[in-house]
Amino acid sequence: MREKAKILDKEAIERSIMRIAHEILEKHKGTENICLVGIRNRGVYLAQRLSDCIKKIETKEVPVGILDITLYRDDLTLIAASPIVRKTEIDFDINDKILILVDDVLYTGRTIRAALDALIDFGRPKSIQVAVLVDRGHRELPIRADYVGKNIPTSQKETVEVHLAEVDGMDEVVIVEKN
Amino acid sequence: MSEALWRRKDLLGLEELSKEEIELILSTAESFKEVTTREIKKVPSLRGKTVVNLFYEPSTRTRVSFEVAAKRLSADVINIATETSSVKKGETLIDTGKNIEALKADIIVMRHNCSGAAAMLARHVSISVVNAGDGWHEHPTQALLDIFTLKEKLGEIAGLKVSIVGDIAHSRVARSNIWGLTKLGAKVMVCAPKMLIPPAIEEMDVVVTDDIDEALKDADAVNVLRMQFERDEKAAFPEQLAYFKEFGITKERLSKAKKDIIVMHPGPINRGIEMSSEVADGTNSVILEQVTNGIAVRMAVLFLVTQGRETNNESTH
Repeated sequence: MREKAKILDKEAIERSIMRIAHEILEKHKGTENICLVGIRNRGVYLAQRLSDCIKKIETKEVPVGILDITLYRDDLTLIAASPIVRKTEIDFDINDKILILVDDVLYTGRTIRAALDALIDFGRPKSIQVAVLVDRGHRELPIRADYVGKNIPTSQKETVEVHLAEVDGMDEVVIVEKN
Repeated sequence: MSEALWRRKDLLGLEELSKEEIELILSTAESFKEVTTREIKKVPSLRGKTVVNLFYEPSTRTRVSFEVAAKRLSADVINIATETSSVKKGETLIDTGKNIEALKADIIVMRHNCSGAAAMLARHVSISVVNAGDGWHEHPTQALLDIFTLKEKLGEIAGLKVSIVGDIAHSRVARSNIWGLTKLGAKVMVCAPKMLIPPAIEEMDVVVTDDIDEALKDADAVNVLRMQFERDEKAAFPEQLAYFKEFGITKERLSKAKKDIIVMHPGPINRGIEMSSEVADGTNSVILEQVTNGIAVRMAVLFLVTQGRETNNESTH
């Protein structure tokens, strides 16, 4: 693995999240019925940060849920070693809510596909949207993001790594090349 | 990407597992417990997989628990009761196993009256084998659900005093519990009439007593085993009422123990022999919670053994 380029630094990540927060509020004319659901792992921290930004703008709390999609993956047998199943924590009723799924990178679309299956098991939301920090292209399913921090054209030989202070000690997005 | 690894195709017992492997099963079970609280209690993780329940001994609760667990993972389940199968015609265990493998099943859940039967089967088939009780040897998923329930109630296993009361000599539940609890750092005491204490049990790092009050004293939990009066060697068994008088858990005996002592029992209970009805239905009892937790624990085990068999790489977003 060789680091090729730094795409976003701390400030750029903060601005992206703030902009997405504004876009969500603009689109839905406020916070009514909006719930955020972060996909483990890094989507959870991004969802929490989005919720904090929304609170700064509107002084209203938006609930944040946590979704683990391991049990819904279609590529379980392809994942290195045995996947770790973590807990899903959605403490609110999702029926008739506008759910915004939050993840770090949108790539093949298979994670979002699995997340949609999982959410539908919890109820019938009014609508589901997708917010990601990075969209790197190469979709394998008809899935798109509603809110994007940054579009990054990549080659499939490359990997996009999102580092967040909560887990990685620093905020940055880098492209690394696989050997 | 994963820090803790599960690489076993089988679950045969707790003796061979590391502390980390036991903890991985318990934390995976926690996630599955959340699934069982949903309105739709089913996830697609084992869709397309087949689980065969192969029971050489009568069992309702364990078999049903495994069946529910497999179905909640979207697997297909086939139950084979050996009384009505070719085993009656003299087929050997290994032949039966190979036939099940040839049917392209993915997991065999087996209960057998011979110690070591699951391990032998596991060596002869490439599909997963989960031990649902082998002779007097081990009953790993029962111990795991006992430990899961304890952990849920008390947070941490290390440092707990857990007493196991009853027929220790003939109990696979006791053996698996002793392995699991001591690996996680609990202090284990076993309590039974002398004739039901197996020789050299102290080597398993437990304290032995035949005084029930001593077993209950300062204990955080007491796991009361079923007295298996239906087993063969009746001669070596105490008389039922005499047993209750000396070892039965009663409200009066519990009043001298820790106020919030946890009372467990793997079921089915002999009311008025192992414990009084008052205790079985009382506030200290977690017996029915054990049954609920059994589903989550068995889901975790079925999930992990299928993943453990498939080693590969490459992940996608």
